[in-house]
Amino acid sequence: MSALLEVRGLGKRFGGFVALNDIVLEVADGERLGLIGPNGSGKSTLVNCLCGTLRNESGQVRFAGKSLNGLSAHERSRLGLARSFQLPRPFGTMTLAENLRIPILYAVHARDGVRVADVPLRCADLLAMVGLADKADRLPRDLTQIEMRKLELARAMASEPRLLIADEAMAGLSHQEVDDILALLLQLNAQGITIIMIEHIMRAVLAFSQRLVVLVAGRKIADGAPQDVVRQPNVVEAYLGS
Amino acid sequence: MDLSLDLLGNALVSGLLLGAFYAAVTIGVSISFGMLDIVNIAHPAFIVLGSYIAYIANSVLGVDPILASIIVLPAFYLLGMAIYHVYDVSFERRGDASIRGLAFFFGILFITEVALVLAFGVDYRLVEAPYIGPSLHLGVIDLPLRLLVPALVSLALIGALQLYMHHTFIGRAIQAVAQDPLALRLMAANPSKIKRIAFGLSIGSASIAGAILIIIQPVEPSIARDYIGRVFAICVMGGLGSFGGTVVAAMILGIVESLTATFYGPSWSPAVAFGFLLLTLALRPSGLFGRI
Amino acid sequence: MGDARASNAQPHHAPAASARVRGGPMGNTRFVAGLLVAAAATFGAARLVDNAYVFFAGYVVLQYIVLATAWNILGGYTGYVNFGTAAFFALGAYTTVALHKLVPLPLPVMMLAGGVISGAIGLGTGYLTLRLRGTFFSIATLAMAVVVQTLITNWSFVGGSRGAYIVRPEATPLFGLDYVQYLFLLMLGLSVIAVGVARAIEHSRLGYGFAAIRDDELAAEANGVPTLRLKLIATALSGGFMGMAGAPLPYYVTYLDPASGFSLSYAVNTIAMPLIGGTGSWLGPILGAVLLGTLQQVATVTISSALSLLLVGVLLVGFVVAAPRGIIGWFSR
Repeated sequence: MSALLEVRGLGKRFGGFVALNDIVLEVADGERLGLIGPNGSGKSTLVNCLCGTLRNESGQVRFAGKSLNGLSAHERSRLGLARSFQLPRPFGTMTLAENLRIPILYAVHARDGVRVADVPLRCADLLAMVGLADKADRLPRDLTQIEMRKLELARAMASEPRLLIADEAMAGLSHQEVDDILALLLQLNAQGITIIMIEHIMRAVLAFSQRLVVLVAGRKIADGAPQDVVRQPNVVEAYLGS
Repeated sequence: MDLSLDLLGNALVSGLLLGAFYAAVTIGVSISFGMLDIVNIAHPAFIVLGSYIAYIANSVLGVDPILASIIVLPAFYLLGMAIYHVYDVSFERRGDASIRGLAFFFGILFITEVALVLAFGVDYRLVEAPYIGPSLHLGVIDLPLRLLVPALVSLALIGALQLYMHHTFIGRAIQAVAQDPLALRLMAANPSKIKRIAFGLSIGSASIAGAILIIIQPVEPSIARDYIGRVFAICVMGGLGSFGGTVVAAMILGIVESLTATFYGPSWSPAVAFGFLLLTLALRPSGLFGRI
Repeated sequence: MGDARASNAQPHHAPAASARVRGGPMGNTRFVAGLLVAAAATFGAARLVDNAYVFFAGYVVLQYIVLATAWNILGGYTGYVNFGTAAFFALGAYTTVALHKLVPLPLPVMMLAGGVISGAIGLGTGYLTLRLRGTFFSIATLAMAVVVQTLITNWSFVGGSRGAYIVRPEATPLFGLDYVQYLFLLMLGLSVIAVGVARAIEHSRLGYGFAAIRDDELAAEANGVPTLRLKLIATALSGGFMGMAGAPLPYYVTYLDPASGFSLSYAVNTIAMPLIGGTGSWLGPILGAVLLGTLQQVATVTISSALSLLLVGVLLVGFVVAAPRGIIGWFSR
């Protein structure tokens, strides 16, 4: 398997605070990667740097063989890099179906064109996939917490990505709801989508990940098979609490 | 050559004094916009309202304008709290502060201006006080008391606010709100209440700024608009919410305006502030001394 | 990232309430045909009344339909508040003054020229400030208005602070119409175009992009929407229409000075009208413009112009506080 995402020496600081320090990371095409770390360890900053919401000061990010440096977030989404937000950020004045139209009309359209007539069908399929088909004409404010997460994932999927970064898609959900989202992500991966899962819920991360990366204080301290990584002494100390 | 050096020296000194006055005009916005993130573009209208109150107190009762402004300061403080309350209930709590919040303050600016026109007409009004007229002379430099007194009052006002922000519980809470409203809520303080007090202080400062405005120049209702650009230019240049930055930025603008008026003519000076603002926004939106 | 402002940097949470009117998607051609019929009926009715004042007052109301619709393309659809209407409008008017002295072109051509100039200024202001938070853009538009006014006031070719007199052409380009009727007809045509464009945007890919920006700019960007480019398109379109609305003004008033061309009442009216009518769709600005425009025409004659302006301010504040969805909000859902 060749690397879909390659990160080399990535660094990001806010004023004097070093948020990310020399991050090196490779994600293979089709892989399921778990990314964990305590609060403030730089996970979200890394996501923002990968997706172009923040600009990294140093280092290289390559995606599908192309350098992402200098590309804005919308250009990266057009290349096939999608994310879901940690706190769902739906388009509040649009119905669920219309929420999904945005990535189709923009990210997908810019990549390979979209037949306008196909758009409603595509939206319906995506909503059916996450089990929200009957709410297509509702507004996001009518949704429950888990439905909001599902909408967030459906919207990310609507851009037909090659890589999906799911940023704490399960935080605050019940046991059963976590399993729902987990099943959904596994199903997407089975369809060939590479997924980076950022999560605090260890049960879900371990069930999902083929490989686990640990960030602490802006540095990568571990990278390997999940069972090995969670036994690494520095991970146990830093992440699971000493 | 000597003449133009004198001109330069005087322009610099009056620019510095003017700048100190601009700091008082801006300090309210440094609190509301810089610290609370409320885009109160009506602030200069409240300042002009303060000018008219000082004018009435002075022309009808013969009270010193600065004294009058200190007497009505509590009323301005309450007015500010009331306005914040409406703003909070109508916009912030609905999570809809941007378009309608801006339109709200724009409407207030406009209502205040038109109401003043209806009440007082469009004639320029001025006040009388013993320090309007005489000047101190230091060599070739003139120090008109009309500018010096407002500058000193302004610096006193800002000094007092600075002390309040750093040495009282509420003052520190206001600074905390400016940094992180969530953290404050976790500390069980009510951010709405803290912001109401801060906004009250912001509008309170307009009372004093209004009095010194009408000491410096004759006032008519529409001059509020000339100050919008100045105030926001200074506030942004000074690095949102920093009092020290506000004073420095105000003095820089005062000097540039004064030099422009001396060497190019006063009809260009309104554009100086706005040009400054556009440049600051385009080049250094985090301010001259900005963090981030 | 611990800065509270970082988290405020994103969206303009338009209330979910302002959901756009999405009735059956009537085709744009049929919609424009309907508009033309309405416009013809308006003109016919004005002719029937046969009173010069009807055309004179009607022109102002139509001008506000264009201004309010133009403002709403940026403000209502993308959520960016422009306080500088007066500047875009006056730039159009002063383009006409300058062209009138240089090369007497037909008025529709001058309107295009005014639109191009104002659109370009909109693009420039946008380019400088639209990368920042929305509030900075708003403040910058206020600043731009004063800079432009200062430049015009100091530019003696177009009359400077003294103002300029414009002599209307003697012959009316359209047979049988007097000049005010001709201006009325031009403004009627422009309002049909402006409303047609606004409506077409709403149901287009562009309109969805605008709405995504208004709802959540960061999410829009993450979903492939080129936010800066779209905001620039909106600013240029909006400014361009404002300039076109201002271009006939010198011929309408026959004397133009900076104080009247840059009057704050233009800015207040163009913000008040969409917000009172409802910012979500093309209909809101029209409703607001017709209501407020007519009200002011009547109040200015019967009471006083200052009081009628006060009324606009009070209605604006009243509506944003008490009726966030505007008049349209009373009738939908």
